[in-house]
Amino acid sequence: MNITMAMNSAPYIAFTHSAVGPTARLLGRWAAADLAVPAQWRAATVALQGLPTSAHWDLAGVERLDHVGAQLLWNHWGRQWPAQIDLLPAQRSLLERVAGFSCAALLTRDTSWAQCFDALGVRVLDWLAQGLVLLRMVGQLVLDLLRLARRPQAGPWRDISGHLYQMGTMALPITALVGFLIGVVLAYLTSQQLRQFGAEAFIVNILGLSVVRELGPMLAAILIAGRSGSAITAQIGVMRVTEELDAMRVMGIPLGYRLVMPRAIALAIAMPLISVWTTLTALAGGMLAADLALGITPAFFLQSLPEAVGVANLGLAVFKSAVFGLLIALVGCHCGLRVKPNTQSLGQGTTASVVTSITVVILVDALFAIVFKNVGV
Amino acid sequence: MDVDTIVDIQGLQTAFGSGKDRIVIHQDLALTVRRGEILSLVGGSGTGKTVLLRQMLGLEQPAQGQVSVLGQPAAQLSRAGAASRVGMLFQQGALFSAFTVLENIAFPLREFKTLPEALVRDAALVKLQMVGLNPADADKMPADLSGGMVKRVALARALVMDPPLLLLDEPTAGLDPNGADEFVALLRALHQGLGLTVVMVTHDLDTLFALSTRVAVLAEKKVLVTGTSAEVVAFRHPFIEHFFLGERGRRALAPLPAVPVSQGALPHGK
Repeated sequence: MNITMAMNSAPYIAFTHSAVGPTARLLGRWAAADLAVPAQWRAATVALQGLPTSAHWDLAGVERLDHVGAQLLWNHWGRQWPAQIDLLPAQRSLLERVAGFSCAALLTRDTSWAQCFDALGVRVLDWLAQGLVLLRMVGQLVLDLLRLARRPQAGPWRDISGHLYQMGTMALPITALVGFLIGVVLAYLTSQQLRQFGAEAFIVNILGLSVVRELGPMLAAILIAGRSGSAITAQIGVMRVTEELDAMRVMGIPLGYRLVMPRAIALAIAMPLISVWTTLTALAGGMLAADLALGITPAFFLQSLPEAVGVANLGLAVFKSAVFGLLIALVGCHCGLRVKPNTQSLGQGTTASVVTSITVVILVDALFAIVFKNVGV
Repeated sequence: MDVDTIVDIQGLQTAFGSGKDRIVIHQDLALTVRRGEILSLVGGSGTGKTVLLRQMLGLEQPAQGQVSVLGQPAAQLSRAGAASRVGMLFQQGALFSAFTVLENIAFPLREFKTLPEALVRDAALVKLQMVGLNPADADKMPADLSGGMVKRVALARALVMDPPLLLLDEPTAGLDPNGADEFVALLRALHQGLGLTVVMVTHDLDTLFALSTRVAVLAEKKVLVTGTSAEVVAFRHPFIEHFFLGERGRRALAPLPAVPVSQGALPHGK
């Protein structure tokens, strides 16, 4: 037979009927990188398909045979040696190795309903256990705060001020930008509706109440949850990965007092301030948009704002924000301490921290709305 | 170039920093690695052993000179299919922590998206067992493995496409003596069984003497001397005397005429 190959290194089979019967002569490179070229893979598998194991196999002309090529042949032969085969010694040892190590396919676990139910149970128990850990963390925080109150001069004040700067001061630009833009958008949308009823002056009431009471604190809390909640989890999680947490524990330094409490205090202080700051920038944005869209002057806006929004609303917002800050810090610390010493767990922990803290903030906000529905409106 | 030359480095200059802070690590360095040998790179810290390894992999570019691997410039090595040309065992294993053991090993094959899943699995399982692991370990995550197992999985991944050249960075660092001996035996068996060419960086003298067919000493910004371990030890140079003939070296180099360790050599106050 005349051997003409398109590419002289492509895996190729020359099939002939010789004196010893049908003979399959393998040529070219039967190696992973060559077999993985789609056209060559198709050609090789199509050529193999038509060949019976009982043929005479001649591998002596193969340019290169590696484990993947050997595995392909071995699987084609039904995982047993063909009756007639010509091999080089190196190829024989390669195929023998593949033969020795080829094991039956591992059992793939198929999931039954019972297992799904089981998994659900495990999840519920896990959630309950996490709730318990979180509760214990709150208890520990109370004890740590009492300890701090007894000996304030020994408190971790440097940590607290550092966190205050990182989580508070550094968050001012982004919260201002977002607050301002939301204020502008909200005022524009509302003004379109109000103009239809000729009730332009009520923009101060709508904007003031919604921003001061709800949107300001919520926006700030969501931004801080994304910004600082994830940072807390990542910091503590990395400390777990690098065994710093274990080192602290070995030295008898309480994790709650040194890691959780400073962050909780810092966020409980920073959050109300950021919330007020966000509220102010949102009102400024709204005031600007009201001036442009409805011709309501800033002077009128500022004059009627105190009448429209009772000061109790501001108190409620500040109180609410302090609670949000505390919750974000606790969830961040909780997720960080749960991180296992590997990078994948670190990523999961950070994601879980942000999602959980935002969810918790929204849930608690709803709770506040119900409990304080008679205050300030 | 000779077909039997696997790695060829000529006139290599490596420098870090610029201006006044410029530090030259290699100057006019030349090194060739021939087919089938196990070459160990030794040298004090900061002599650029790992940098040299990374230059062979094309991960770093030299300031001057050529590094060619398998007849091609090393810079072109990291194109698609690089795993079929050179395998690298990183010091910490560098396993993908999001993948199971088997997925880690199968990763280079699976990336082609051509080979069927069953074949990839089979090929990865063969490599898994070739490095002395059990098929039952296939579904474990890297975080659940011991240090020795991490190295073995990383070795299986480096070898999954049967590259002719294998680079090792501190292959036995972090293993207990027993584990290190087993890993050395595995490397020797794989070297013979697969006809590999191996370049390794090591500080461990036991590994060095047990494995290397040739040793290259990096000092004074170049390859100071190459040869068998006995030839290198005989070379007179302060670094070599310090490295091989210190207390550690004498222990590992048992056949050498050892200077008897005097009793009461421990330091004591007056």
